[in-house]
Amino acid sequence: MKRFFLALLFLVAALPAQAAPAPDALDNPALEARARNLQKELRCLVCQGESLDESNASLAVDLRRLIRARIKAGDSDAAIKIFLVSRYGDFILMQPPFETNTYALWLTPFGVLIVAAGIAVWVVFRAKRRPQGRA
Amino acid sequence: MTGEIGELALCLALALSIVMTMSGLAGARENAAMARSVAHGAANGLLVFIALAFGALVYASITSDFSLLNVAQNSHTLKPLIYKISGVWGNHEGSMLLWVLALAIYSAAIAASKRGGERLTSAALGVQGILALAFLVFILLTSNPFVRLDPPPFEGAGLNPLLQDFGLAVHPPMLYAGYVGLSATFAFAAAALITKERDWARAARPFMLSAWIALTLGIALGSWWAYYELGWGGFWFWDPVENASLMPWLVATALLHSALATERTGAFRSWTLLLAIASFSLSLIGTFLVRSGVLSSVHSFANDPERGVFILAMIVGAIGGALALFAWRAPSLEGGASFEPQSRETALLLNNVFLAAAAATVFIGTLYPLALDALTGTKISVGPPYFAITFAPIFIALLVLVPFGPRLSWRKGDLAASLRLLAPALGIALVAAVGILAFTAPRTLFGAGAFAVAAWLIASSVVDFRARGRHALKAGALASMLAHAGLGVTLLGISGTTLWRSEALEVLGPGETTSIGGYTLRFDGVKAAKGPNYDAARATITVLDDGRTITVMHPEKRIYPVEGQDTVETAIRTTIISDLYLALGDEREKGRWVIRAYVNPLAPLIWLGALVMALGGFAALWSRVGVARASTVAVAEPAE
Repeated sequence: MKRFFLALLFLVAALPAQAAPAPDALDNPALEARARNLQKELRCLVCQGESLDESNASLAVDLRRLIRARIKAGDSDAAIKIFLVSRYGDFILMQPPFETNTYALWLTPFGVLIVAAGIAVWVVFRAKRRPQGRA
Repeated sequence: MTGEIGELALCLALALSIVMTMSGLAGARENAAMARSVAHGAANGLLVFIALAFGALVYASITSDFSLLNVAQNSHTLKPLIYKISGVWGNHEGSMLLWVLALAIYSAAIAASKRGGERLTSAALGVQGILALAFLVFILLTSNPFVRLDPPPFEGAGLNPLLQDFGLAVHPPMLYAGYVGLSATFAFAAAALITKERDWARAARPFMLSAWIALTLGIALGSWWAYYELGWGGFWFWDPVENASLMPWLVATALLHSALATERTGAFRSWTLLLAIASFSLSLIGTFLVRSGVLSSVHSFANDPERGVFILAMIVGAIGGALALFAWRAPSLEGGASFEPQSRETALLLNNVFLAAAAATVFIGTLYPLALDALTGTKISVGPPYFAITFAPIFIALLVLVPFGPRLSWRKGDLAASLRLLAPALGIALVAAVGILAFTAPRTLFGAGAFAVAAWLIASSVVDFRARGRHALKAGALASMLAHAGLGVTLLGISGTTLWRSEALEVLGPGETTSIGGYTLRFDGVKAAKGPNYDAARATITVLDDGRTITVMHPEKRIYPVEGQDTVETAIRTTIISDLYLALGDEREKGRWVIRAYVNPLAPLIWLGALVMALGGFAALWSRVGVARASTVAVAEPAE
């Protein structure tokens, strides 16, 4: 859905026709694959929830170039991410970090699973002890 | 006139909803046959007047009556007829009217249904009346589609071209049929608490099933539309709006299963009630998320806080009221049933454990960033990687356990015997895993595991079918086989596309070729084409295999001059086993265009699987109708 928003934004703002990432690809396929992977883990900042890999926004085009320049310069993926987070905040990461203000986010799914499983075990044992024949 | 007729009809419907609420609730008492018949009449009247209002809006849209603000803002004389009709619910006001239309249809269906006791049905109508009242007040005060414009403009502003599409014409009514169907289940649950009727699940089941079928199809349609219309070949983006429809589906699925146990043996009675309340609450929250503008995405047509606050108040009222009723009355309903640890009941309980955790995951993943931003101002993104780490393992674990459920007997089952019976399916799953690891690239454990689980689901449905012999066609058994096999088919599609998708992104001039997934694509140029209300750049791309022409495809870019927007029309050639997917990008230099091509192996199975699941739902519905017919004679007087 975000793609839309992006497309709309793009069209309405009548930005110059920047097309998808093809022409900027790195010559070395291994490095290009790294760039593509990184792009998928990073978020386009001006569109709603689209990754850099999919976005046509001009900022995304710039960031894709920046990522490739950094990869060429020999930076590791982690270093590039750290750099981008220092510039744009955690918002740019598609996968939120695991830190104080996201513990609840990360732990709730498994917490609910464990608590629900505990309740289920209790229910099953109670049901076994209950006399037969009651409906 | 049309506008006045519509508005008058809405006001009369509002009056009738008050009558329905009061008479319906009054009819929940013993000697109130009069009130009950008034409630039934009010339900039918409500449907008539809301249908009249909806018809008036459709008529205004078809005849391009731009004296209505809503029509002027969202329609245009040049728009094709089908989009003049579907455009009615392509905007906030109209879609809320569609919501109450669905509510009125379900209310009339409740009034007509003979499955519940008289008092239960009457109380359910009363609860439906409260919901209708709240939504009608909401429409008349904040979202009136019949507001006039003076002087009327000569031409309308047009409809977002992205919404001018068949998939999106059908998607919202389907989804609403699901959301609102859950209101009927909710109404029966609340009615059960009011009347202390223990057998409510039997009466609510047809509504539960229709809601679930509609939600399944609605979500699949939305995903299919995103796939072919957005031009990126993806089918699910964990977008908050998508999540908003997934949450009620997960909880409704849990409800269907839990209600089976409640109906059959009386187990989990209060839990089933709670699920009925939760599933409709999530429908309301979904409506709130999409309609309030809390999430800025294409779905929120309006950013109007007044509406958001109103819907929020409705949610709080519905959830709070229902939970209070639950806390007050549920203890008196709890019967409790005895069952062994190895039994169908335990299997259904586990189903609920995993589905509840999955729903909680989607819930927190969707709302956490909003809450964190509101409370601390910190912005984070919760994207697909989060759901891959949390939702995927929980759901896969559920899928591994699914085949055991139908094989275990009620009260006391035999796990070892089930395992022996399902051994061939387990064998097929292992062969699938080994085969995937040995013969395909990339070689990942995740891929092998996903295919093994998919094979396990499909094969064990077949094994189950064969083991039941002559009884296999009994609709109840058929339902679970189809629904579970459908899950496997969808999983096959998701795994195939995710693992083996190939992509080519090229700038091509006329006569140039590129290759992808064994095909050679020859770009034969772009021609201008004209549609009813758009201009298109239409590419011709010849698909060759070993120099032999297989097909010629025409991806398009459309420009809608009225709305000043353009859309990508992908060209997809499907063989069911695989999709060749082409999208036309921008013109780079004279005659040279950006072409995006994808080969998405097994992609069509994603939606085919959803269709099979929905067929399972229909089988269950059909068995219900059959059973009801057979048992109306036997159970003329429902047991108190």
